[in-house]
Amino acid sequence: MLRKMTLMLAASAVAVVAATGFAAAQDTLKIGASAPKTGPLAGGAAVTHWPNIKLWIEEVNARGGLKVGGKNMKVELIEYDDKTSGEEAVKNIQRLATVDKVDFIVTPYSTGLNVATAPLIARYGYPHITTSAATDNVPEFVKRWPNSFWLLGTSKQLAEGVADALAKLRNSGAIGKRVALVNVADAFGLELVGAGKPALQKAGFDIVYEASYPLGTQDVAPIISAAKAATPDAFVAFSYPPDTFALTEQAQIQKLDVGAFYVGVGTAFPGYAARFKDNASGVMGVGGITPDSKAIQDYRKRHKEVTGADADSWASATTYAGLEILGQAIERAGTTDKAAVIAEIKKKPFTTVIGEVNLADNVNHNIWAVGQWQGGSFNGVASAGIAGAKAPVKKDAWK
Amino acid sequence: METIVTGILLGGTYALVALGLTLQYGVSRIMNLANGETLVAACFIAFWLFTSYQVSPLWGLLVIAPVAFVVNWAIYMLLLRPLVDRAKTQGMLEVDSILATFGLLFMFQGLMLRGFGGAYTSYAFLAERFEIFGTFYGLNRVVAFVAAVLISSALYLFLYRTRYGTAVRAVAVNPNSASLVGIDVARAAALSFALGGALTACGGALLSTYYTFNASMGVVFTMKALIIVIMGGVGDVRGAVIAALILGITETAVARLIDPGLTLAATYALFTLVLLFRPQGIFGRQQA
Repeated sequence: MLRKMTLMLAASAVAVVAATGFAAAQDTLKIGASAPKTGPLAGGAAVTHWPNIKLWIEEVNARGGLKVGGKNMKVELIEYDDKTSGEEAVKNIQRLATVDKVDFIVTPYSTGLNVATAPLIARYGYPHITTSAATDNVPEFVKRWPNSFWLLGTSKQLAEGVADALAKLRNSGAIGKRVALVNVADAFGLELVGAGKPALQKAGFDIVYEASYPLGTQDVAPIISAAKAATPDAFVAFSYPPDTFALTEQAQIQKLDVGAFYVGVGTAFPGYAARFKDNASGVMGVGGITPDSKAIQDYRKRHKEVTGADADSWASATTYAGLEILGQAIERAGTTDKAAVIAEIKKKPFTTVIGEVNLADNVNHNIWAVGQWQGGSFNGVASAGIAGAKAPVKKDAWK
Repeated sequence: METIVTGILLGGTYALVALGLTLQYGVSRIMNLANGETLVAACFIAFWLFTSYQVSPLWGLLVIAPVAFVVNWAIYMLLLRPLVDRAKTQGMLEVDSILATFGLLFMFQGLMLRGFGGAYTSYAFLAERFEIFGTFYGLNRVVAFVAAVLISSALYLFLYRTRYGTAVRAVAVNPNSASLVGIDVARAAALSFALGGALTACGGALLSTYYTFNASMGVVFTMKALIIVIMGGVGDVRGAVIAALILGITETAVARLIDPGLTLAATYALFTLVLLFRPQGIFGRQQA
């Protein structure tokens, strides 16, 4: 008899534990993330992507979680490395959706991986708020995947920003009209040069040197010396981080003194300013931040405090804004129903660290295209739809 | 002229990348796929010494080379020796060592990701102008080139002018006959593997002064080293150096005179030509 009692007690104890465990599980919101921790894009993701996920989740949980229909739900992260491989990323999304059964998914990192995973994310019906994809196919992608949102702008906007910034410099008499134009031969570089070259020509610039180089090239001395031989007034490179650094160092060593020096992804990294110090001053690159925005300054401070690293001055804030939008949309919709959240995202604009973001047609039209290092800050100097750009200044000779 | 100097400097870089693998593959018969990871690990250590303790990467070599030597010695003794002992043929050893070092590659990569994170890392060291014939070159690249010359000359003197070096070369040519004339093949192979690892690490420390690197970049260097080692003739230091210089000059000339987009094409075209007409490599011997 006694033994039976004990058994029953034990059984009910198990039942109680199971029940509370279940209840606790319901009060957490499971968020899945798949992005590079290894492979060629791990370097960019480690600066721009992962720290913002960490920051956002810490902040949301610190204030008690997301308020979903009168209930506070803490956020739990399930993260996977996609090894910078589209196939791996697709497998991760599948696992997150079917095995981990996450409530929502954070955008993958980079244009390529977002496009690779978009069909699957669409099939599982998750909102897909991309914050590190810049491509001209956005209108087509929106039609194909109505659950997808694009915050970082298009290649065309980014490239036309360059022509815009250079034209401002030329009109102020700082530079002439000779431009050397180089690009990394992968999707990003090709799209930007495809849009940038006609934009520069239309703005009245002469392309005096043009070349592309393979992905991963760091021995760029011949490129700089050939560019220098063409005596340009401006140097424009649609480059990736390793080559962005290499091109800058070579330009400095070979004294490629131009009034405007633009390099691509990586210029906005905090490591760029740290490495080139005074020589970074006046360098232009992809991205930019609203110079005097209180929200941005505050965000950058929190980023540094929580993650221990500085935010970059391009997609970092956008990545954070994408998560803010997801959180706000869930709270506004008051449910974890994915379709309802998608509808909510389109309904009304959001207030984020990058300002007001309106996604009524799934695309954020207001983006910084070109930033310039001015006194330690990577200020936006050319934008689409954002006011408050600083005037670009002439680059001084390399020291 | 400028193109040639730039090309020769680049050749020096490539020699640094490839010399270690030449020894490891040529003498120890270990196709070390984790070669690039050794190099990147040395980049990180040089970076760490420089930023945390203000130790110049050149002085850092004094730490990095012995550490790499010991670590590679241990790897050979613990991990690769059993493969060598059980391998019935050289082909079997090559397959086994490729698989084992492939695993090592991921282990090293994981450790570096843990320790240093995945971000791009770079620092400025001797990023100054150095004038040769009226044109400016990066002083860090010139220093790396000088180091490459010193290292390969020392290696050459060791291999061709010392008794033990001759023994090592004998092992490279034919391990079985070498043991017949009283050479301790096992010891020579372990030493070459460790020395190769130390050379690769030196290369990494020097490269870190002008390359931007991250924890997952090792395979890029392994690929380059592989091409150079095979072009030069397996196990031949002179061949590796000459192959590195040829590649450096060709890539630079193609980039400067034709199109930077064709550098990779030029590299692989050269590689294909060597494989077609001198499959044993520039200095390689015909297999008996």
